[in-house]
Amino acid sequence: MRLTLKTLKKFGVIYYTRVVRCYSSQSKVPDKPTWIPINPLQLPEVPPLDKELINHLERLSLVEFNNVAGVERLAKAIESANQLYMVNTDGVEPLDSVLEDRNLYLRDDIVCEGNCRDDIMSNAVKTVEEYFVAPPGNIPLKKKDDGPA
Amino acid sequence: MLSLTLKSALSQLREGKTSAKELCEKCIERAAKLRELNALVTETFQIARSQAEHAAAGYSVGSGEPGPLAGIPVAVKDNFCTKGVRTSCASHMLQNYAPPYNATMVQKMADGGAVLIGKTNLDEYGMGSASVESIYGATRNPWKYRFSHRNNVEFENQVEQSNNGPDNENNDLYTSHPAMRGYKGSLSERMGDKNYTDWHVAGGSSGGSAVAVASGICFGALGSDTGGSTRNPASYCGIVGLKSTYGLLSRHGLIPLVNSMDVPGIFSRSVDDAAILLNCLAGHDVFDSTTVPDEYNPIHLPDDISVKGLHIGIPKEYHAPGTSADVIDAWRKMADMFDNAGAKVSQVSLPHTQYSILCYSVLCCCEVASNMARYDGIEFGLRTNDMASTEQLYADSRHKGFNDVVRGRIFAGNYFLLRKNYERYFLKAQRVRRLISDDFRTVFNNGVDLLLTPTTLSDAPRHDWYVQEDNRTRSVQQDVYTQPINLAGVPAVTVPICLSCNGLPIGLQLIGQHFGEKQMLLAAKWMEQQCCFPSLNLDFLDQIP
Repeated sequence: MRLTLKTLKKFGVIYYTRVVRCYSSQSKVPDKPTWIPINPLQLPEVPPLDKELINHLERLSLVEFNNVAGVERLAKAIESANQLYMVNTDGVEPLDSVLEDRNLYLRDDIVCEGNCRDDIMSNAVKTVEEYFVAPPGNIPLKKKDDGPA
Repeated sequence: MLSLTLKSALSQLREGKTSAKELCEKCIERAAKLRELNALVTETFQIARSQAEHAAAGYSVGSGEPGPLAGIPVAVKDNFCTKGVRTSCASHMLQNYAPPYNATMVQKMADGGAVLIGKTNLDEYGMGSASVESIYGATRNPWKYRFSHRNNVEFENQVEQSNNGPDNENNDLYTSHPAMRGYKGSLSERMGDKNYTDWHVAGGSSGGSAVAVASGICFGALGSDTGGSTRNPASYCGIVGLKSTYGLLSRHGLIPLVNSMDVPGIFSRSVDDAAILLNCLAGHDVFDSTTVPDEYNPIHLPDDISVKGLHIGIPKEYHAPGTSADVIDAWRKMADMFDNAGAKVSQVSLPHTQYSILCYSVLCCCEVASNMARYDGIEFGLRTNDMASTEQLYADSRHKGFNDVVRGRIFAGNYFLLRKNYERYFLKAQRVRRLISDDFRTVFNNGVDLLLTPTTLSDAPRHDWYVQEDNRTRSVQQDVYTQPINLAGVPAVTVPICLSCNGLPIGLQLIGQHFGEKQMLLAAKWMEQQCCFPSLNLDFLDQIP
């Protein structure tokens, strides 16, 4: 039942407190958090992050891990992601884009802005004439011996 | 004057009660007085003055209709490209980057006659929820802030003239470039009293934009919103923060964090203002294939709004552990107000909500790992002196250019994307994303018009408390109510509702249906009308010489 000022008046002021209490207990906002606790024992374990794996990730990322804290952070991120195992996704297709069912516009592959070489090159630290400069390629990243264990 | 809404400022300009130049100078003065809040990382006062002059000409007799934002001072998050003005993402990596073009959002604002006061602070690359992870230092929340009342105007003039200088005095890698313009004084100069520690965070990652709007530095601002980066700081700073439907606003020139979730965000002091800005910015952009080609119909919000018959859903999962009593109370009262006004209010379920933040974290790291691959120091950005090999140069530049948080997300992303993990983490998260998106679809298909939820767990936390936990932990807490919206691509807006028992703003979030901005903003304006929120007014600062 929806209680309005009109009905309140009908009942008389004496019922006001009772009515208000009854009203707030009807609130659609839950009184308590509704999340389901996740039992960590049900989750897969974080596999050991050995030196080989870390080296591989460093090479892929082209950033050095450098310290134990970096490895710990990764372990925590994996541990947290493992909770997704609790969700049943059987038969659910991955969602790449929220615009998946819309036709999107693709423009023609023609130059519509140009003659901006100098503008673009002006952001490079090192150039020679109209070339970007890079050190020699095809040399693998130096292996570190003092990486994290 | 600086506590007016954008809408009132526009009508004052039209009626000739103030001029674009006067408004611009006032905002510049305010910005200079509030340097200690660290909202702006690059001040563009010279650009502002010339834009204001141009706008003033537009209001003169016989020059036709002035633009929709003519003469309105605005600020832009420092991850939107601004032609010729450093765009740093608050990262060492891009400290020397001056884009050769304007982001579409920036261009549309300029075309509308807006006056750019400056580029605003953020967490490096938008990776954070408090604007504390910036190479320029944290942004401070102006609410309950103890201002030092220092006169910075003289200092400003000096900086305008010298127009250079390193932020990081120790490393000339960051300074050896002409893009270092608009620079504004040393860190210590900006941060005021070092012994003052009990200030509150601005929220993030677009904290600088939120603070700029809340404190009168400008009348509207651009942020970006990947998992709540506009709504979170808007809520903490007591202003309106709008995250539009994915595909409505162009991302061209917005330096990407997560392509499939990023949207430009709008900050304003009222819902009407948000609509004015949205009308100027929305629509198809040939430079962004993820904007929809549909024609955009401008939104005009009447003052007399009825919510009778509107169906408001209260998702029960949005009472997450750790939500403060103040926030729950505000939420409950607003639900009751809708009910009393004749709206239908019902409890609904978005069952996968609690897994949303985990899904978001995985997808965010994966896209970050891919997006950040562009930074190699060759064509733009930080380049170190390691010339041993190309890869060595890449690795060294990237290591020095990115902070721990960015590097951590790249690593995690590359881990999740390893061939052996691709299905277990990346595709799994994408599947969960569909479930979350379907949760919204189901609720809306069942007749619910809008969802009402909290925006954040609490009011703005104190900075010294906030930094006790690492970025990952805090992001999981801070983005809990905001990121499911990005996963689903629907629009949402946060509206300031009331003050907490600490005297800090609390906002509530309305979530709309895909491209249902009009209905959402109507209800948001109605909420705003019911609350009469006591907006921050710093006009007393004008009295201090």
